[in-house]
Amino acid sequence: MIKVVDLYKSFGSLEVLRGINNEIHKGEVVCIIGPSGSGKSTFLRCLNLLEEPTRGEVFIDGVSLTEHRDNINKLRQKTGMVFQQFNLFPHMTVMENITLAPIKLKGMKKEEAREKAVSLLRKVGLYDKDNEYPNKLSGGQKQRVAIARALAMDPEIMLFDEPTSALDPEMVGEVLSAMKQLALEGITMVVVTHEMGFAREVGDRILFMDEGMIVEENTPEELFGNPKNERTQSFLSKVL
Amino acid sequence: MTVIMEWIAKLSDEIFFNLIREDRYLYFVKGLGISLQLTFYAALIGGCIGLMLALARLTNNRLLNFIATKYIDIIRGTPVVVQLLIIYFAIFATTSLPKVTVASIAFGINSGAYVAELIRAGIQAVDKGQMEAARSLGLSYAQAMFYIVIPQAIKNILPGMGNEVISLWKETAIAGFIGLEDLMRGADIVRARTFSNYTPYLVIALIYYYITISMTALLGKLERRMRKSD
Repeated sequence: MIKVVDLYKSFGSLEVLRGINNEIHKGEVVCIIGPSGSGKSTFLRCLNLLEEPTRGEVFIDGVSLTEHRDNINKLRQKTGMVFQQFNLFPHMTVMENITLAPIKLKGMKKEEAREKAVSLLRKVGLYDKDNEYPNKLSGGQKQRVAIARALAMDPEIMLFDEPTSALDPEMVGEVLSAMKQLALEGITMVVVTHEMGFAREVGDRILFMDEGMIVEENTPEELFGNPKNERTQSFLSKVL
Repeated sequence: MTVIMEWIAKLSDEIFFNLIREDRYLYFVKGLGISLQLTFYAALIGGCIGLMLALARLTNNRLLNFIATKYIDIIRGTPVVVQLLIIYFAIFATTSLPKVTVASIAFGINSGAYVAELIRAGIQAVDKGQMEAARSLGLSYAQAMFYIVIPQAIKNILPGMGNEVISLWKETAIAGFIGLEDLMRGADIVRARTFSNYTPYLVIALIYYYITISMTALLGKLERRMRKSD
């Protein structure tokens, strides 16, 4: 579903990604862990070209993103993204946040889009918040609205960029359980996270990144239980 | 007592000669109309030019960027009177456009440079994540700007924009340089007839002042309403 070939990314003289190769399959939940500055978020952002790779290619369903830049808006509809800082549109209600893209991009009827939004909000456990503005919501609620907003475009892949890192501890659970629900439904997910518990429980595969490379990848049982690389061992010993 | 009586007599004389005799108040009324018209159209033109320049400065296109930057430099680096005269006597010399139109264009071109910087700053103050979130949903750059970024930027831009319109309103007082009978020129004409040294100017000063504070009040109202959705 996603194929990444020899991906490099530099910001000026700073090399952030140094040759990433990987393949993410349909229905798979891949969690990316690693120390800060290891390039996890940059890697994720390359998957929908929010970050332009310096070299290498990203294929989604066999279509190269970098070769179809002119068609990027269409290709981006295949991936939904959830950000660390939520990035809800503050001048719009929850309902408008969710229905904007389906109405403008898919030509969905307003009523249809609203119905869909309500059912997505239910799915992430939000009721009666349709007409609130984002600033009336708690962090956990905001992030769940952001998930619903991304889902409204029926993406084939969901990208999560540290979705719980900006949350107060007591709100982490509600967001993670919404994500768990999605994973159970079989949505393909790529999750950059510091929540090792979540990665271990929900992930089908864990990628450990350090210094712009995937140092080790394995099933959660193996990677957490029996890390082979020295850097993975040292990282896990600090965070677990 | 007599001093006060004399003073009142003098005042009523001044009012009579400067405003009532030969319907001279009409110079002020018509002048006010012209000045308001100029301000309105110039603000409109300035707003459009400003938005285009701001977007040009925000793109990565070097040529557009260069043109916009130079435009802003040149306009901000020269007096508006000089611009008005050049535009009227040089650029539009051979056209038969009404003076009001030419002056509106000139003031609009001038205002556009200032508005551009306001809009650019207002857009840049919107969190980058907003554009990213919009693009990640599949919106094009233009759609993201139009639906997401600009509506939020307006809140940042509005106060400065109000100030710009208010200074534009006062700047139009130089329209007489190209022979437009605006408020300022109206006062000149009346003074030439009545030889009153200050009454006509006091009258227009009051008019300029009251229009300005009305605009300020209106702006305040608008800002308060915008803040409600925060």
